Amino acid sequence: MKDANPNVTKELNEHTKYYRSLTINMVLIIVLVSIMPLILASVTIGYFFDISYKEKVADHVVTLVKKHQQSIDSFLKQRVANIRSLARIFSFDQLNNDAFLKERLLVLQEEYGSIFVDIGLVNQNGIQIAYAGPYSLKNADYSKSEWFKQSIDTDVYVSDVFHGLRGVPHFIIAVRREREDGTRWILRATVDFESFNSLVENIRIGKTGFAFILNRRGEFQTQPRFEISKTKAPYIEFMAGEKIRPDQIGFVEQSLGSGEDTLHVMAPLKGGNWLLAFQQNSSDAYKVLEYARLLTLGIFWLGGLGIIVVAILLSKRMVRHIARADLEKEMMNEQVIEAGKLASLGELAAGIAHEINNPVAIMAEEAGWIEDLLTEEDFKDSENLDEFRRALSQIRTQGKRCKEITHKLLSFARKTDPTVKNVQLNEMIEDVIALSEQRAKYANVKLFSELDNELPTVDVSPSEVQQVLLNLVNNAVDALEPQGGKVTLSSKVENNFIVIDVADDGPGIPKANLSRIFDPFFTTKPVGKGTGLGLSICYGIIKKMGGEISVSSAVSLGTTFHIRIPVPEKAATESSG
Amino acid sequence: MFDAVFDISSLHANADGEETMTGNPGEIVDKPRLLIVDDEEGYVNILAKRLTKRNFLVKTALSGAQGIQELRRSDFDVAILDLKMEGMDGIEVLKIFKQMAPQLEVVMLTGHGSEQAAREGIKFGAFDYLTKPCELDELVEKLRHACKRRACGE
Repeated sequence: MKDANPNVTKELNEHTKYYRSLTINMVLIIVLVSIMPLILASVTIGYFFDISYKEKVADHVVTLVKKHQQSIDSFLKQRVANIRSLARIFSFDQLNNDAFLKERLLVLQEEYGSIFVDIGLVNQNGIQIAYAGPYSLKNADYSKSEWFKQSIDTDVYVSDVFHGLRGVPHFIIAVRREREDGTRWILRATVDFESFNSLVENIRIGKTGFAFILNRRGEFQTQPRFEISKTKAPYIEFMAGEKIRPDQIGFVEQSLGSGEDTLHVMAPLKGGNWLLAFQQNSSDAYKVLEYARLLTLGIFWLGGLGIIVVAILLSKRMVRHIARADLEKEMMNEQVIEAGKLASLGELAAGIAHEINNPVAIMAEEAGWIEDLLTEEDFKDSENLDEFRRALSQIRTQGKRCKEITHKLLSFARKTDPTVKNVQLNEMIEDVIALSEQRAKYANVKLFSELDNELPTVDVSPSEVQQVLLNLVNNAVDALEPQGGKVTLSSKVENNFIVIDVADDGPGIPKANLSRIFDPFFTTKPVGKGTGLGLSICYGIIKKMGGEISVSSAVSLGTTFHIRIPVPEKAATESSG
Repeated sequence: MFDAVFDISSLHANADGEETMTGNPGEIVDKPRLLIVDDEEGYVNILAKRLTKRNFLVKTALSGAQGIQELRRSDFDVAILDLKMEGMDGIEVLKIFKQMAPQLEVVMLTGHGSEQAAREGIKFGAFDYLTKPCELDELVEKLRHACKRRACGE
């Protein structure tokens, strides 16, 4: 028994449900429509930006590596050329002299810094017969050394990095020559590892990009700046290629499962015996891309959040408006039904009033006839003559009362005739005053007219004009009840318009109501007293005539309605007659 | 010329009016001849009685058609014509009356709300109108005025 009326509660619930689902639908549609293009644009732009940026990074790295490949290769070639020119210019005998070698080493060191560590002359048997350098390697036996075995058979040989007899990393440039007697000798020079290393060490990009050199077996020929990634697989794979062209550059982006992705760039050195390798963590290489992604994501989230918030607020607001409009519509519908009921009631009343008129008239006349007959002499002495007379006059009075009632009913239900006629509005005003006089008298209201006698006639529907004027006068009288007052109807011509003013000295209309006064169903009268249709009908009628109706009011001073009806040009010229 | 013809016919009507008119046959000259046209029988009858008592020579008709017949048969000074009747309506009857006897004065009776039609009737030559139910004294006064105008017209 908690819900007094379960039907009403159910209806309310359904309303709330309907508006809630309406809100949700609107929010979803707005969000979907706004976010979908955002997502599509972000994904598309992101994808192409990603691709082009990665291409750009790869290009950059490859170019860098290529440049260094060339410079390292030319470094090696120059060093080889240095030694080779020594071996060509000077004879075995000239070189087989420690002091001469020392002199040559000094010249080289003067020219190229500390690149060349030492220089030595090795005979066919692998014995270093002359030597200049910081170590005491004269007569050192290289016959077992790998480099000696290799270089004795080739004109020029550049070794891998090795520790050799001296126990420090270095590599050797060896140039083989032959004496006239056919015995072979080798001029060899040691290249300082540090100065060679610095060539590669300086190749740096970002925080994690660095370069190093590997030989065919994957052994380091330079000291890598950082620990290299877990595998040398890409390099070994590259080196294992059938035949490597010197301009061939390898680019591999390697992902090692859980570990960070790494970029690898490889270029062959020393005719494919060495490999210049560059590696960098992908995250480091693509840092800008990562920033851009983060920024886009941030904008996306913020924008999305904004869209959602706006969608919710907007939808709620719109649904609130819709709900209010629905409510107003419902109320309006009720009022329309009410007005319809009133109208049919009016028609019914009019029919009854009309039908009753005749019997009432007959009754009154019959009573009058009896009165007539009573004047005849036969009844003069009758005892109850006075009583008869009183009763008859009472019948007549009540008959009159019936007449008044039916007249009121009929005027309430009167239908207007829209037929247009040529009308003198002054006459209409006087008619209306005459029609309203009785009612005004009851309400203690005096009606006045101030008419312009030169008013031209106009073509309007007299019954419609009468309805408008009657309505305005009735309203004015209503406003003056019960304290009474005066209503003035005036007419005048003003700029090709006939202006009729209906003015009262009543309490006036509050400003808040003034703007709504011509709205249908707007009424300040208690329920059942006014339909709120009167003034809106007046407004419609005057508008239809091409005229205007307006109101000016001052609280406690009174209200004036102004009707402006256009004067036809023909009538304006004829008005003097 | 036209007037003369009607004078003769009216004299003729006076001559044999003695039988048809309710009223004292001796006072033909003074009493105005009145025709009441209304489809409400009770009303017509009581009005006829009361107006006869007030010195009118009254004849009644219960429809427009009957009224026209009566007017064809005899001449009248004044007529009371109800606006709202079954069949032919008051304005139509008025137009025919005015065609048949332009001198005839007509007082229209109307229900409330159809004053507009009654005013229109005045345009077509009716003398005046009253709203039903009306005060008998007022009606009598209107009728006498109408007779006076007719007398002046003659």
